[in-house]
Amino acid sequence: MTKFIVNGSSHQADGDPEMPLLWYLRDLAGLTGTKYGCGLGLCGTCTVLVDGRPARACLLAVGELEGRAITTIEGLSADGMHPVQEAWRQLNVAQCGYCQTGQIMQAAALLAKTPDPSDTEIDAAMSGNLCRCGTYPRIRAAIRQAAKGGAK
Amino acid sequence: MNAPIVNTGLMNEIANLSLSRRGFLRGLAAGSFVLATGIRPARAQETKYGAEAMSGGLKDDPRIFLAIADDGTVSLLCHRAEMGQGVRTSWAMVVADELEAELDRVRVLQAPGDEARFGNQNTDGSRSMRHHFQALRRIGAAARQMLEQEAAGRWKVPVAEVRAERHEVVHAASGRRIGFGELARAAALRPVPAADALVFKRPADFRYIGRDGVALVDNLDITTGKAVYGIDARIEGMAYAVIARPPVYGGKVKRFDATRALQVPGVVKVVPIEETPIPSAFQPLGGVAVIADNTYAAIKGRAQLDIEWDDGPNAGYDSAAYRAALEAASRQPGKVVRSNGDVDTALAGAARRVEASYYVPHLAQAPMEPPTATARVTAELCEVWCSVQNPEAIRADLSKRFGLPLENVIVNTLLLGGGFGRKSKPDFASEAAILSRALDGRPVKLTFTREDDLHNGYLHTVSVARLEAGLDAEGRPQAWLHRTVAPTIQSIFVPDAQQAGAFELAMGAVDMPLAIPNVRIENPPAPAHTRIGWFRSVSNIPHAFAIQSFVAELAAAAGRDPKDYLLQLLGPDRVIDPASVSDQWLYGEDPKRYAYDTARLRGVIERVAAEAGWGRSLPQGHGLGIAAHRSFVSYAAVVVEAAVDDEGRLTIPRVDIAFDCGAVINPDRVRAQLEGAVIQGISLATVGEISFKAGRVVQSNFHDYPVTRIDGAPKQIHTHLVTPTGFDAPLGGVGEPGLPPVAPALCNAIFAATGKRIRSLPIRDQLA
Ligand code: FES
Ligand code: FES
Repeated sequence: MTKFIVNGSSHQADGDPEMPLLWYLRDLAGLTGTKYGCGLGLCGTCTVLVDGRPARACLLAVGELEGRAITTIEGLSADGMHPVQEAWRQLNVAQCGYCQTGQIMQAAALLAKTPDPSDTEIDAAMSGNLCRCGTYPRIRAAIRQAAKGGAK
Repeated sequence: MNAPIVNTGLMNEIANLSLSRRGFLRGLAAGSFVLATGIRPARAQETKYGAEAMSGGLKDDPRIFLAIADDGTVSLLCHRAEMGQGVRTSWAMVVADELEAELDRVRVLQAPGDEARFGNQNTDGSRSMRHHFQALRRIGAAARQMLEQEAAGRWKVPVAEVRAERHEVVHAASGRRIGFGELARAAALRPVPAADALVFKRPADFRYIGRDGVALVDNLDITTGKAVYGIDARIEGMAYAVIARPPVYGGKVKRFDATRALQVPGVVKVVPIEETPIPSAFQPLGGVAVIADNTYAAIKGRAQLDIEWDDGPNAGYDSAAYRAALEAASRQPGKVVRSNGDVDTALAGAARRVEASYYVPHLAQAPMEPPTATARVTAELCEVWCSVQNPEAIRADLSKRFGLPLENVIVNTLLLGGGFGRKSKPDFASEAAILSRALDGRPVKLTFTREDDLHNGYLHTVSVARLEAGLDAEGRPQAWLHRTVAPTIQSIFVPDAQQAGAFELAMGAVDMPLAIPNVRIENPPAPAHTRIGWFRSVSNIPHAFAIQSFVAELAAAAGRDPKDYLLQLLGPDRVIDPASVSDQWLYGEDPKRYAYDTARLRGVIERVAAEAGWGRSLPQGHGLGIAAHRSFVSYAAVVVEAAVDDEGRLTIPRVDIAFDCGAVINPDRVRAQLEGAVIQGISLATVGEISFKAGRVVQSNFHDYPVTRIDGAPKQIHTHLVTPTGFDAPLGGVGEPGLPPVAPALCNAIFAATGKRIRSLPIRDQLA
């Protein structure tokens, strides 16, 4: 049995310790904002924050999360007003939107560490997050906008 | 109450429909919704085109689609699937505008599959706005006039003295105003105005249509993780399944042993699924399903299955050998699908002959949300929650499969996490339904893992195009011979189909618009060894790649500027009679309204060249390439700036795309579709390839089926919308037509940068 925190609430996983956090969140905890895209750490749709750092939920076994604090898209902000979420809406970044929760988590982590990233830093930080709809130009623009908003 | 524009209670039911209100559909059907008579004038027996020609036809009765609650909230039922093209937002803009509603008081609900009620729901072919714009205007205008009549009646003034304005009806003379919510119940009882009594807003008065910057109706849900995609359905008590499907198309389970799978904690049941013989259409491939308490246990259990397969007739499918066979076929004459003039004589008399062969491999749509469906099937009722582009198709299938009347099959369309054609094929919904039935009605969620998505897909075809031109002394082609060889989508429906369908040929091959006196297009046969399906822009991909690359090759042979040469070949502005080029499809549209207008292609070419600074001086290793293509009755031209360094590494500093789709309803979404099409086009041009060995797909996930990432995307994409011709002109498609010119423009740019001609996709390491 492992105990950890998800979005401020305590959880305990008492099933298969090898179960990836992704499936724990989606199937057992009902937090479907974290998406499945590849299961192998290749696409970033499952990105969550673990103790504030971005991680792929499909690669994290629940058995190894003892004491960790997980933030999912549902817990990024109380009301969807995180600057990254706002910038995403202002620029209509989403097409189908499926990858965007992972993109937003990754972008939020980037800005927490690097408040004013260069274009190269943005591409480097976001290159693990696939978007099959091709929203990359707007993702770049939204990160720049959120960075500006955060600075003022 | 039986109000056509309906009360709050009923609408709350619709809002919850996607999370199963059993019986609600029937409740609704018993109400006045189905009494709607339609407001279009009856048409005599003419040939039908466009929406009218599609199954279920077109409905435009406001009582089917609109409801206004007492508090004024407008509910709009969207009956097309949302897959990122923005249909939910764009449709709401149109209705809100004609209704004079405030867009932020419009709620968009997703209609279940029911073509008898809603009209055609097949979300493909870039048709949703093109077919529905005028119908949506009629819906909004009719409801607005009913509200105006009700207000005028209450105030006892002539209806001509009142007008709807921002969610209210106003009587200017007396200064009275009353909200839509207060009028709705009574207004709903008024007769729906006849089509010829509808008064539309003047385009100058539009507040949303044609305006930039309208926020997506699903923005908040998407950015907070609340948006519900097919994969996110959660039905009380559901189990989770994955399926081990035959790795070779047409294969069967010879023998299997589930002992170890059943020992995996959480695994509930192992269920064999009957194979569908080739051609399997949209039916399941068969295999062995593992059903568990959660997705992970199902995946783990599946890995423990011991299955022996009988690979069947496609066990030898090998992409390298198949390519050689396609190339051999392209050197032989094939079925003539278009012929103008005398190509053989013109070729024989040419000053110079140029030929080239182009190859485009299989591609997987690989939407980020893989195919997934949840079903609950009892003896009396079948309910499905899924992300499908064509809900009515699966509804009809399931009704037949389970012997249930159509009304007892409820297909709830949730958001699609991308479709790109994969989700036109609802095999996964059938699989989920079969498994729920096998569990006596326990709901089952069936997930395709990414590996399943690539291994058991409906792939873009694989193709060889061989082109030959005979140039005169000035370097102008007098003869054009094009052989297109590719397995056809029809092969999933028709046993051993080997010739292209009219629709495939009309996606850029026969409707080739260049003014060349002698043209012959041939289609040698090609057998299919896997499931072939639609992929965003379909056959336009190989046709545009071959033709637009070849034109640039001819320009080089003639020593001409590629843009000037392309315009010269396009010839004088003219409208091409589809019959004159043996185009038997024209995207299903009326030739009187949609025939190929070469002036519009010229328009986008000239525009994109100007915007991209065609001819500007570039750094060493950089080059500009141009390509243009009409598809889905819209016109697109692309200029790519490519840069290739000394190690052969390709970067794309800039892409310009000019686009003419007629009137632009939602500019922001048109631009978004173009941006996405550019990136998807670059992805397939640079890295996309699915290949086969021993009948099996070689690739398994995004490490060996890469798709373009942010660091491979162009640094800049500039979209240029050609000024609309007015809102009554025929609309073109938007979702697909941006894609076909991208790959040839890129390869033409690489040629300009390096002198190396890419004829085989993907480019991958060919520049090294
Ligand atoms: S699902 Fe975790 S990275 Fe793709
Ligand atoms: S918005 Fe569709 S995958 Fe990114």
